[in-house]
Amino acid sequence: MNSSNGYTIHDKSKKRSFFYRSKGDSPFKRILIHLVLVLACVIAVYPVLRILSVSLRPGDRLLSTSLAIIPKDASLGNYREVLFDKNFFLWLWNSLIITITTAVIGVILASTSAYAFSRWRFPGRGPGLVFLLTTQMIPAAMLMIPIYILAARLHLINTYKGLIFAYSVSSIPFSIWILKGYYDTIPVELDEAAMIDGVSKLASFYRIILPLSTPAMAIVFLFNFMTAWNDFLLARIMLQRETMYTWTLGLQSLQGQFQTEWGAYSAASILIAIPVMALFLFSSKWLISGLTLGSVKG
Amino acid sequence: MHSLNLAIIRNSLGQVGFTIIVIVLASAVIEMVLYAVLKVILKNKYAIPIMLLAPAAVGLIMLVVYPVFYEFKIAFSNMSLRHFKNPSYGLARGWNNLKLIFTQPVLKQVMFFPLLLRTILWTVIQLSFHVSLGLGLAILLNRKMKLRGLYRTILIIPWAIPQVIAALTWRGEFQYQYGFINIMLRDIGLTAIQWKSDPFWNFVAMNITNIWLGVPFMMIILLGGLQSISAEYYEAAEIDGASAWDRFKSITLPMLSPVMAPAVILGTIWTFNNFNIPFFINENELETSDILVTALFRAAFQYNRYGFAAAFAFVIFLVLFIFAVLYMRATGGLKGVYEK
Repeated sequence: MNSSNGYTIHDKSKKRSFFYRSKGDSPFKRILIHLVLVLACVIAVYPVLRILSVSLRPGDRLLSTSLAIIPKDASLGNYREVLFDKNFFLWLWNSLIITITTAVIGVILASTSAYAFSRWRFPGRGPGLVFLLTTQMIPAAMLMIPIYILAARLHLINTYKGLIFAYSVSSIPFSIWILKGYYDTIPVELDEAAMIDGVSKLASFYRIILPLSTPAMAIVFLFNFMTAWNDFLLARIMLQRETMYTWTLGLQSLQGQFQTEWGAYSAASILIAIPVMALFLFSSKWLISGLTLGSVKG
Repeated sequence: MHSLNLAIIRNSLGQVGFTIIVIVLASAVIEMVLYAVLKVILKNKYAIPIMLLAPAAVGLIMLVVYPVFYEFKIAFSNMSLRHFKNPSYGLARGWNNLKLIFTQPVLKQVMFFPLLLRTILWTVIQLSFHVSLGLGLAILLNRKMKLRGLYRTILIIPWAIPQVIAALTWRGEFQYQYGFINIMLRDIGLTAIQWKSDPFWNFVAMNITNIWLGVPFMMIILLGGLQSISAEYYEAAEIDGASAWDRFKSITLPMLSPVMAPAVILGTIWTFNNFNIPFFINENELETSDILVTALFRAAFQYNRYGFAAAFAFVIFLVLFIFAVLYMRATGGLKGVYEK
């Protein structure tokens, strides 16, 4: 960080910069940095560990002022209750079927549109892209009012159809932006080479662009999946019958305003959060590269 | 108790199949019509891109553009639970709704301007914590050291956990007797806090939760930005004798701004429109913890004042839109849109 560390600035083997690497840092400073990071990690992870802790408590000791992560008489009773005495599988099924359909439809609709935005300079292209950005500014709660009223008039309340339509369309603008950014990085020469071989521009999309853009499609699929999977607001408005509940509504119903089923709630949270977090952490490198693609290049 | 049974599975698969068939058929019809009109009759040179865009465009028109116009129409009505089927429309109704927003309480007590100020305060607090803590952690992580990957993985956990679970869990932890914050406060000899019923502390609770949730996103985006800055700049600056602060101010910040500007504007929009956190943490439905969008939700779906809420929604959108335009003017945040 500073010249008192005792190396010369011409020594190339020790690139030194406070903002780049810490080779030249004093041990005290290195320890301090690790301390700060450990503290941040504890803050990040502690509330999650608390859910785990409550989920392992036996039924008669759910309310306890103990701060131990693994309770003394840990039991899996809450998990048994959630899996067998609650509608857990029903919520999971509802969420899965809505979310997967949504994500697939969203990717298909967005991929062709993004190709048009990436490869053609048609009139209205710029305003179209700005329009897509503007839709991201509309508060979700704002669209809820007309969508609820229209859905009520069209008898789409308490159906999967209404939710699937709404979710797959709402994710399109963001998906188009990400996919367009990715297509832009694929050289146009590839399309042209294919066209010289007598392939039409559309066929070159299917034969060249689509196979090359599988990573971006995976990112978009995952984004769409996560958005729909984690949605509460639209589901709360559209689904009122208990057999239609997605897991977000189900979890909320366990945490009623007057009586909270802490054990069942925590066990269900853990069962849902662990796979989602694993998927997210596993794919975080791609997700993040997809997010930063546009901004770094722009 | 409704267990997952065959009838439910059959019903849901049937609905999904129906939805997919409707979408495929509709797309096929649209494409054939467009092909016939644009390609065969008009011989338009943009026939193919228009055909590629059509299905998504139709979807967006049906589920975003049309609802917005429909909402505009509702804003000029007295639609409510009582007048749901047969509302009356008119300019006077619209004017009345608009007047009500600024002169009467939006919900029971809270007025529009305090609500707006609170939303701005909420957004400013959130963004300053997200950016400063996110940048600080990103700088610490942007160096070669042991356990770097592990730290990074653990630190994005709040972003990875489903937001509804995070919000409901924090709400539980703000419970007076058994929440861990109050337990810790008591352990170190302080008095426990009424997080749920005290208006001030409820607002603080909301902020704590959302800071916890929002820092990882900023951290990761800014870390990506930091990694793209070449070390040579820092070396050159060091040769010129620049101090650490100088280097931060004249290299890190300006070089980060192409990454930071869109992240800040996205973050602002998301925070301004954040529904889950203020809605869930505010378990006792204190009007003093509502921000604009949660008040909008309550006006529409708890008080069922649809006409009023529709007008209110446009006012909220306008506030955000003006901010976004001003911000983009100032930073050139949309430059990339036209260039490519």
